[in-house]
Amino acid sequence: MSARPIILQGGRVLDPSRDFDETADILIVDGKIESSSGKVGSRDDAEIIDCAGLIVSPGFIDVHCHLREPGREDVETIATGARAAAAGGFTAVCAMPNTDPVTDNQAAVGFIIRQAQRANASRVHVIGAISVGQKGETLAEMGEMVAAGAVAFSDDGRPVVSAQLMRTALEYARSFSIPVIDHCEEPTLSHGGSMNEGIVSARLGLKGIPSEAEEIMVIRDILLARRTGGHVHLAHMSTAGSVELIRWGKERGINVTAEVCPHHISLTEDRVEGYDTNAKMNPPLRTAKDVESLRNAVKDGTIDLIATDHAPHHYDEKEREFADAPNGIIGLETALAVSVTNLVETGHIDFRTLVDKMSCAPARLFGLPGGSLGRGTVADVTVFDPSREWDVDPSEFRTKGRNTPYVGMRLKGRAVCTIVGGNLVHRL
Amino acid sequence: MTSALGKDLLGLEFLSSEQIRLILDTAEPFKEISERSIKKVPALRGSTIVNLFFENSTRTRISFEFAEKRLSADTVNVSASGSSVQKGETLVDTARNLEAMRIDMVVIRHSASGAAQFLAERIESNVINAGDGTHEHPTQGLLDLLTLRDHLGDLTGKRVCICGDVLHSRVARSNIWGLKHVGAEVAVCGPRSLLPNAIEEFGVTVFERIEEAIEWADALNVLRLQLERMTAGYIPSSREYNRVFGVSRERLERAPRDILILHPGPMNRGVEIDSDVADGPHSVILHQVTNGVAIRMAVLYLLAGGRPELAEAAKGGRP
Repeated sequence: MSARPIILQGGRVLDPSRDFDETADILIVDGKIESSSGKVGSRDDAEIIDCAGLIVSPGFIDVHCHLREPGREDVETIATGARAAAAGGFTAVCAMPNTDPVTDNQAAVGFIIRQAQRANASRVHVIGAISVGQKGETLAEMGEMVAAGAVAFSDDGRPVVSAQLMRTALEYARSFSIPVIDHCEEPTLSHGGSMNEGIVSARLGLKGIPSEAEEIMVIRDILLARRTGGHVHLAHMSTAGSVELIRWGKERGINVTAEVCPHHISLTEDRVEGYDTNAKMNPPLRTAKDVESLRNAVKDGTIDLIATDHAPHHYDEKEREFADAPNGIIGLETALAVSVTNLVETGHIDFRTLVDKMSCAPARLFGLPGGSLGRGTVADVTVFDPSREWDVDPSEFRTKGRNTPYVGMRLKGRAVCTIVGGNLVHRL
Repeated sequence: MTSALGKDLLGLEFLSSEQIRLILDTAEPFKEISERSIKKVPALRGSTIVNLFFENSTRTRISFEFAEKRLSADTVNVSASGSSVQKGETLVDTARNLEAMRIDMVVIRHSASGAAQFLAERIESNVINAGDGTHEHPTQGLLDLLTLRDHLGDLTGKRVCICGDVLHSRVARSNIWGLKHVGAEVAVCGPRSLLPNAIEEFGVTVFERIEEAIEWADALNVLRLQLERMTAGYIPSSREYNRVFGVSRERLERAPRDILILHPGPMNRGVEIDSDVADGPHSVILHQVTNGVAIRMAVLYLLAGGRPELAEAAKGGRP
């Protein structure tokens, strides 16, 4: 069933995929972009949305989130996650496979796709596990999962410890032209750690995770990508050293791409002070120097895209001793505002680059629909207010999670409308 | 009434030097109570105190219990084994249940860094940190300061070296902050694998060799080397540790001045400290234990809202 045509009227249409940045109307008919430059005459059958003062961009795509279903439906479901995505301006998200059971076979992939269709909100793409059960031992049936709809592979939450397995995964995934995503963490170095290693961890008496735990795996993966020609995508980069290594790899034409999470470009290890478990994530919050380096890496293109690592947890699980609390924070409904506040407002990037990092690059690198407002493209559109200020109140979120370090913070930038396949799935 | 220390005693890092001096000065009159034949004053009569020990402890728990009893408080001891904790109850639920029974103070020992603060933020009662993970052990730091002051006088400019496993030691952190607050010079000495990577940022001197530390220091605070550090691979063996970092009489004899030897206990004789040092003339280890009771009485008294200038009077019998 197709919705009424929609006219997005008079907004600043910002579409880096076509190098287009002008005030224009967008006409959406039958789930596709019918017109996206110039003015559109009024139509009696269309819903007209006034976009004056707003930015109209290709829909945001989050390549990294945890929707917890199957297994932890008390914490998040595919439906609540997809609605949270819509509220945050994401027209599509990619669900990580560390569910229970693990998404490591075609049936599990099919389940997520069906649940997402039922949810009727933002699109949910599936990331399959690299290894059976995410155990890091034997390769999962990648070919069958791709046939069922998987768009990438990852053992996220766990590093691929075996270099041989990582090599094989990169080689094997080449047949399907899809990326292998690694959670870079050398486990013997990070073992028992719950925050960045440094003066704050030393003072608080918490075991630290040195930046080298990430960087050792970053360079390993880059070297394996060079050897195999496979596409390695590095999840949630958190250190200045990782940025240097990725830059080194890209300069040599190695097929490496990388993402950064909003929290790693906005918060530092100081946020752990007072043992706030909402500042606990893996990789951990690092130093001001790392934050600055990551912001500059977004600017110069070393970091390809912004991803949330949305990780809802039950409040009971976060309400405990720091070392025992689970890693992760929710991010779908704050990602845009945190990025506007900490990248655009600070002068590191302009809105065009922001839209590229949140929409065009994810679509391009992961081969996903969307990422463009070109005529005939699927009508996945985000309309956001670049200057709207709001105070973060987790009780208003669509996600079931409430675990955010941004509670009470004033941020700038908010999604006003989210359109998926021509359907309005969110309107502020 | 807000006490001079605030609601809780969680660590020494964020106390002021005045607050630390206040505790040490308040402990002075309380020392004498333990020397009496009737070791009891009514200062905390009617107060209910729970000693919540999630980790095994002999010395600290008994010391707190004596301090509480000598101030006439009603005390209850809860240990993790055999309690609801073993049945899977969370720390916050344990605390809320205790508080529902209308208590006044909680003394908590826990294996997780931050556990005392966690508790303090969630209950109305005063919370005293009796050791949280590898974070702080403030009453130990205070009793060490009191012992050093008893022997060295004013600690401004005095040189104290903390020796051993600083990385995993809550005693070390409380000592570093406490000593710096009272103006002492602080150093650490131990294998680099047992020092925090960022140790210099604490503003302390680092000695690689114990001989250098002994040449420099007025006092050594020798930390216990926990045997699980060997199995975790931080150092090769306790034998080698003793050879390279152990405090021996032979090494002390080469010191240019008399050095005080402190140890928070329990000692591994023949590992971090040799018996003839522990039992020798430089050792003030048992004096630390005696001072522990007075320090804890002072902390309990002050947190309960007791006025420091009345400590002498409280000692005389008036509440």
